[in-house]
Amino acid sequence: MQNDCGCNCDRANDERYAELKAYIDSVKGSEGITMTVLQEAQRIFGYLPLEVQKFISENIGVPIAELYGIATFYSQFAIKPRGKHHVGVCLGTACYVRGAQKVMDKVVEELGVGVGETTQDGLFTLDATRCLGCCGLAPVIMIDDTVYGKLDDVSVISAILNKYRE
Amino acid sequence: MNNSINELNQLKANAVKNLEATEGRRIVVGMATCGISAGAKLVLDTLKKQVAAAGLDNVQVMPTGCIGMCIYEPIVEVFEHDEEKVTYIHMDPDRVSRVVSEHLVKGKPVVEYTIGEDENGKLKSLNDLQFYKKQKRIVLQNCGLINPEDINDYIAVNGYQALAKSVTTMTPQDVINLMKASGLRGRGGAGFPTGLKWSFAAANEADQKYFICNADEGDPGAFMDRSVLEGDPHSVLEAMAIGGYAIGASKGFIYVRAEYPVAVERLKIAIKQAKDMGFIGKNIFGSGFDFDIEIRLGAGAFVCGEETALIASIEGKRGMSRNKPPFPANKGLWGKPTIINNVETLANIPKIILNGPEWFKSMGTEKSPGTKVFALGGKINNTGLVEVPMGITLREVIYDIGQDCLNGKQFKAVQTGGPSGGCLPQKYLDAPIDFDNLVAIGFMMGSGGMIVMDEDNCMVDIARFFLDFTVDESCGKCTPCREGTKRMLEILDKITQGNGTIEDLTILEDLAENIKNTSLCALGQTAPNPVLSTMKHFRDEYVAHVVDKRCPTGKCKALLSYFITDACTGCTACARKCPAKAITGTVKEQHHIDQDKCIKCGVCMDTCRFNAIIKK
Ligand SMILES: Cc1cc2nc3c(=O)[nH]c(=O)nc-3n(C[C@H](O)[C@H](O)[C@H](O)COP(=O)(O)O)c2cc1C
Repeated sequence: MQNDCGCNCDRANDERYAELKAYIDSVKGSEGITMTVLQEAQRIFGYLPLEVQKFISENIGVPIAELYGIATFYSQFAIKPRGKHHVGVCLGTACYVRGAQKVMDKVVEELGVGVGETTQDGLFTLDATRCLGCCGLAPVIMIDDTVYGKLDDVSVISAILNKYRE
Repeated sequence: MNNSINELNQLKANAVKNLEATEGRRIVVGMATCGISAGAKLVLDTLKKQVAAAGLDNVQVMPTGCIGMCIYEPIVEVFEHDEEKVTYIHMDPDRVSRVVSEHLVKGKPVVEYTIGEDENGKLKSLNDLQFYKKQKRIVLQNCGLINPEDINDYIAVNGYQALAKSVTTMTPQDVINLMKASGLRGRGGAGFPTGLKWSFAAANEADQKYFICNADEGDPGAFMDRSVLEGDPHSVLEAMAIGGYAIGASKGFIYVRAEYPVAVERLKIAIKQAKDMGFIGKNIFGSGFDFDIEIRLGAGAFVCGEETALIASIEGKRGMSRNKPPFPANKGLWGKPTIINNVETLANIPKIILNGPEWFKSMGTEKSPGTKVFALGGKINNTGLVEVPMGITLREVIYDIGQDCLNGKQFKAVQTGGPSGGCLPQKYLDAPIDFDNLVAIGFMMGSGGMIVMDEDNCMVDIARFFLDFTVDESCGKCTPCREGTKRMLEILDKITQGNGTIEDLTILEDLAENIKNTSLCALGQTAPNPVLSTMKHFRDEYVAHVVDKRCPTGKCKALLSYFITDACTGCTACARKCPAKAITGTVKEQHHIDQDKCIKCGVCMDTCRFNAIIKK
């Protein structure tokens, strides 16, 4: 079935749109809500496909070009789908001086994808993150919300990743 | 609900009893992000469960903020009225079980899990360690002591007394005068006098003004603000309300980076509790002053720490900076007068109001009074958060507090000021740290990240690392920063790949000067600093890369070669492991690496059991 907008998504039956609409209604009228709406949309959908941007544009009256501009400016917004697990290798200074590059090389080798890419099986998306503030445990990686520290010996990385492959 | 000062004092009297554990024991678990990553959550849960199972009704178990010493996490401290606290380190569920059964039930501390006893057989506390001896904790006073998720704990340590005092006994001008007299300078990096900044916004007539807390903390290697927000969030809220009163703002925003989920959660809890108690909201302490606070999350853009970019981001736009003037104090958020202060700056304020400017000026140096929190990290033994009086020397911080480089390696440089800062070499170790002194020797205080580098770190590689960061984080608005930093990075890449020439060094310097002089905001204006400071103090390393095509530390892979020395026993292990088949030789004789075939992977060196392979 095709929508007015010409795509095949099913807004009417997709509860996620209802959830987003409810959020928009709750903040409408306050100033500067564009970012917060995009953040909420990303939380609900996992990323910001064009269709979702269109939906937001229609509901808050901000041109889609502006939304796209914002979504591509900030590194936390994704406009492509992401893997089930998010692997962030910290490239903050403290990690870097303690060997984060070796850690990154190892993770790249293990996953077979580069920074910003998602594995074929859709399991992992790899990112180089900004400082995670766990400098005492450097070098660290973060998988979803869990931090793994003191990875001086990079050979432990494959076991860590395997836990998420089960 | 509106509290009067009398009611606040009543709340305090009760809260103090609780905090001092006058009945029973109080156990805190260090639950800042670093503690949590080391496993503190499981420790807290296990403790709670086992304390309940043992029927210990008079033991309270709670989270606290950063205790400061990352290497000992997870840390648990047991407080008992009129007794020295007992500190347990490297805790895990098994250790918890023993602490519960032996210490909490039978009253005998488990010595082997503490940091040991002194010569008199007394348990040592963290305060006995070198790490804490030179510190002066003002901003971090409550971190690691109070439960950040309980407003009563904050009230017990004089929380909200400064706000009550300000709005009921002082005029806004009195508050500003007091801040001016204290000499407090902004801890966000630039060191601008806080009282003076407030007076600009106060002087503007407007129907609406705003007070913003800058909690974006984007400098890599810096986690001071995170620790304050995670350990003592109410102190920031209280200071914002005081600032709002002083400048005539009724609305505050906290702009906090999304990478700090724990801090955001604790701020949310704190705001709710403060609102419920009436310390934030309408008619605060019956004074007629209204103040509301809202949280806004960043979305991963370093430039949004810059105040005009931060304002654009709160307005819901791309976070791009703009020309100043007009300064935010005149035209800020939605065109209204706005004050932006850093988290650490704010955390000082309630204490200054309560103890007076003379007390504050008794610490630190004449032009930079007070303390500064540093996040000490990198190649150093004691990583962690340290708060020291301004004017202390780098040597004291690195050697006395940090206890030397890791593994006995030689100190090479310390990086301050993040991507806007520079690398200070050995010869400046005795320079006193304050705002003006560091500028005088060509560096800057920055926000407080302090990363130690040792002999193994290549300074060209470090400069390249920072440029890589700024290229990524430039907002793209002005050409010098957007294009210029890219060209600098290309040259640095070329040098670290072994293709640089001596002329490249001159081009690099020219470019750096141009970018400094012509960029729109401080991001671009300071972006060349890491390159300029390393070129100035470690020029020999640059020259080695471009002239000798050699990386003295062996860090730049493209430039190093592996060699086999006569320590080789001819065991053939390396030759068998070499993926490029570049190693030849007969059994029991010294082997040889064919440099043309070698892909510099380092496998041979890792394989050799006789340390016979070197890189140079
Ligand atoms: C690129 C850039 C990034 C900055 N990042 C931060 C930051 O993360 N936190 C902060 O408090 N100040 C940051 N600042 C400084 C702010 O612009 C501003 O000076 C500061 O928040 C003022 O507060 P203060 O007077 O209390 O220091 C940054 C400045 C620049 C140019």
